[in-house]
Amino acid sequence: MEIIYFLIPIALVLVAGIVAGLFWAVKSGQFDDMEGPAHQILMDEEVYPEKKTDKNKADKQKQQKK
Amino acid sequence: MASETEQDKHCFHCGLPVPPGLDLQVVIDQQPQPMCCKGCQAVAQAIVDGGMENYYRYRTETSHTVRDLVPEVLRQMEVYDREEVQKSFVRQSDGHLREASLILEGIDCAACVWLNEQHIRAQSGVHEAQVNYSTHRARVVWDDRKTKLSDILKSISEIGYIAHPYDPSKHHQLLEKQRKDYLKRLGLAGALGMQVMMFAIAMYSGSWWGMEPQYRTFMQWVSFLLTLPVFLYSGWPFYHAAWRDLRHKRAGMDVPISLGIGIAFAGSVFTMMGLGEHVYFDSVVMFIFFLLTARYLELVARKKASEHTEALIQSQATVAIREQQGNVTEVVAAQELEPGDIVQVKPGETLPSDGEVIDGSSSVDESLISGESRPCAKHTGDKVIGGSINIDSPLRIRVTKSGQETVLSTILRLVERAQSEKPAIARLADRVASHFVVAILLLAAAVASYWFFHDPGQWLPITIAVLVVTCPCALSLATPAAITAATGTLIRDGLLCSRGHALETLAKVSHFVFDKTGTLTDGRLTIKQIKNLSEEFDEEGCLLRAASLESRSEHPVARAFLDLNSGDLLAVTEIISTPGAGITGTVESKRLFLGSSAYIHQNTGLALSAAQQNSLNNGTRVLLADDSQLLAVFVLQDTIRDKAESLINSLHRCNVQTFLYSGDDETAVSIVADQLHISEYQSSMLPADKLHHLRQLQQSGASVAMLGDGVNDAPVLAGADVSIAMGEGARYAAAAADMVLFRNDLNILYRGMTVARKMMRIIRQNLGWALAYNITALPLAAIGLIQPWMAALGMSASSLIVVANAMRLTK
Repeated sequence: MEIIYFLIPIALVLVAGIVAGLFWAVKSGQFDDMEGPAHQILMDEEVYPEKKTDKNKADKQKQQKK
Repeated sequence: MASETEQDKHCFHCGLPVPPGLDLQVVIDQQPQPMCCKGCQAVAQAIVDGGMENYYRYRTETSHTVRDLVPEVLRQMEVYDREEVQKSFVRQSDGHLREASLILEGIDCAACVWLNEQHIRAQSGVHEAQVNYSTHRARVVWDDRKTKLSDILKSISEIGYIAHPYDPSKHHQLLEKQRKDYLKRLGLAGALGMQVMMFAIAMYSGSWWGMEPQYRTFMQWVSFLLTLPVFLYSGWPFYHAAWRDLRHKRAGMDVPISLGIGIAFAGSVFTMMGLGEHVYFDSVVMFIFFLLTARYLELVARKKASEHTEALIQSQATVAIREQQGNVTEVVAAQELEPGDIVQVKPGETLPSDGEVIDGSSSVDESLISGESRPCAKHTGDKVIGGSINIDSPLRIRVTKSGQETVLSTILRLVERAQSEKPAIARLADRVASHFVVAILLLAAAVASYWFFHDPGQWLPITIAVLVVTCPCALSLATPAAITAATGTLIRDGLLCSRGHALETLAKVSHFVFDKTGTLTDGRLTIKQIKNLSEEFDEEGCLLRAASLESRSEHPVARAFLDLNSGDLLAVTEIISTPGAGITGTVESKRLFLGSSAYIHQNTGLALSAAQQNSLNNGTRVLLADDSQLLAVFVLQDTIRDKAESLINSLHRCNVQTFLYSGDDETAVSIVADQLHISEYQSSMLPADKLHHLRQLQQSGASVAMLGDGVNDAPVLAGADVSIAMGEGARYAAAAADMVLFRNDLNILYRGMTVARKMMRIIRQNLGWALAYNITALPLAAIGLIQPWMAALGMSASSLIVVANAMRLTK
């Protein structure tokens, strides 16, 4: 049973990690919208991927020129 | 037959019935779909053209009917491009990138979010667009060199939504910060609490089957370490509130909660120092976790309600028409107004700022600001308050207070009012609980002193058991859990409760008063019959002339003419309109009059003969005449909403009496009342009459609910015990109401009523159960029959039962 002197501290470290993760998540806005993302994965991300990337490219090129 | 199938057609976009004779279509997914009006057609076409047909596949709600955005509204959006206006809500990041928060109106389901994000992102110059589904707010980042904010707003209106930038107010930020703060405290209590529970189970079984003392001590220490952060950090809001209560010499719920937590924690520490037998760390974390959950849910519900109220208010009163030198006017943001400016306010509009009337006389509704539900007459020289609504005729006002101050104060006043109220039953629970707690504390003291003198080894565990077992946890959860569950369900269904007492009052309503136009009917008049009365023009010619006369009006009657007319409008000069009666103007050098029978009679001396009258259908009659003869009569009818009849029937079944109060004339009102089986109706009522009748009902002991939509209903809504506004109606009416109906489905009201009644039942069950549990457990604990583990279990079980019972409301 001496093993618990080793296992329980490990559990404590893990819990500390979980709490740190949670605080980070709250701070970085992971909990800001609790409903939207659940629905969003069901929809196609982009309608016209080509159009979008074209636009991005164009944007980037313009910025590079400047 | 053909006409019948046409009547059955519903608009593919918004779900409203398609008016007979109208043939508008949009090809969606290779399938031609019917549309009910030009607005819906334009929006559906824009969605299809943008390649976003997926929206129609994924949406779970029909869309909102597209209100024609008058060019004026679109022009008003350009106000937001001004540098000085943008100061309050636009953040400039590096270079030319700008960022703003927008409130989006019309978001009903996740597909709307998707549609908006796709559409905004596809605009050139837009770098980022994110829509938050929970709050209906969007964040947009754009490049100022390539596009303007007003263009983005206009592009959103192309797909049928309305967006306006908002200044995330201090109040909102505060609530959001508080929510995140609670989330952290709650998460900590949950994560550490689970560990403590685990060790608690080990120790319980240890005391049952035996456990070596060194392991027990070790586990106690670990539990102590884990509980300490929960006790200090997660429990902090309770101690803070308890301290505040004590300082003000009140005994709220937080005092006993803090005491309970503190004593259980201190008792456990005593045990570890060898003074007792049992540790209660598990009870401590569970207490904190449960109570924090209840607080968190309450906070979220409150935040949601305040978001809706804020959105309603922010959307209004942002622009004003300011006079410049000469006869020129310009549209400016209300915030820009400075004292001394002169602004024009049309009937139906909100006063942008505090000021003084310099021209015109009208009545003004100040019910939102002063609570006075009767409209007040205002003449030249009178003072007016920003945020009140101009009812009758145009006013010119000299601004006396800067716009910024007025707007902010209006918003704050409304939002605060919406939140300051607690339901009566929640106050009752608080009061009962605080009496209960004082009694328990006295009793615990008595028990402690008894055992201290009779069996000194037992006094601490028994006293703690008494305090733990009687924790007012269940009692304090009983009401908020049920209210939160009920409001949550109803928001999902489309009924928002923005005031604390709304549901409680709705549960005991005995009389239901309806407005007609826009409430029981969908507020869109359609022309059912055109009768030609002269040789001068054919039917189409008459229609064309009527439509031309009405082309600048925004009244529903005008829209009916414009919707049906297909020819090119004629130029009209010398227009004089008499609001609520009729309009006259010169068309092709001929003076024409269009209006009610009374208006025509007054102006031309002409009237319909009895035979002509009898040959007409029922409905609102509008006549067209020139100086010498009647040209045509139009019969207009309003369509009754789909679910109106079933709502009225359901209300009658649960013994709620229904009334119809309308400003329309006798015939129009009686048709609707007959069709819906409302036996008691009143027609041709002014807002003051409605209020008077409502007061009479209330004096006879009735508890009255009122459903209305327009600005003119605002005073009546304010006077009712519980008021419900249609979400698509006038904004200020909605902001003033206790509840807002966001969907086009009247049956939700009946559901709201059933949920409210069920909620009251569940609250009573919960309170009864919590009290019964505490009263039975108390004597057992006092005579030492309850083991500490039983006390902890009982406390948790009673709380869980209360929460589970409340959760039945969400089904």
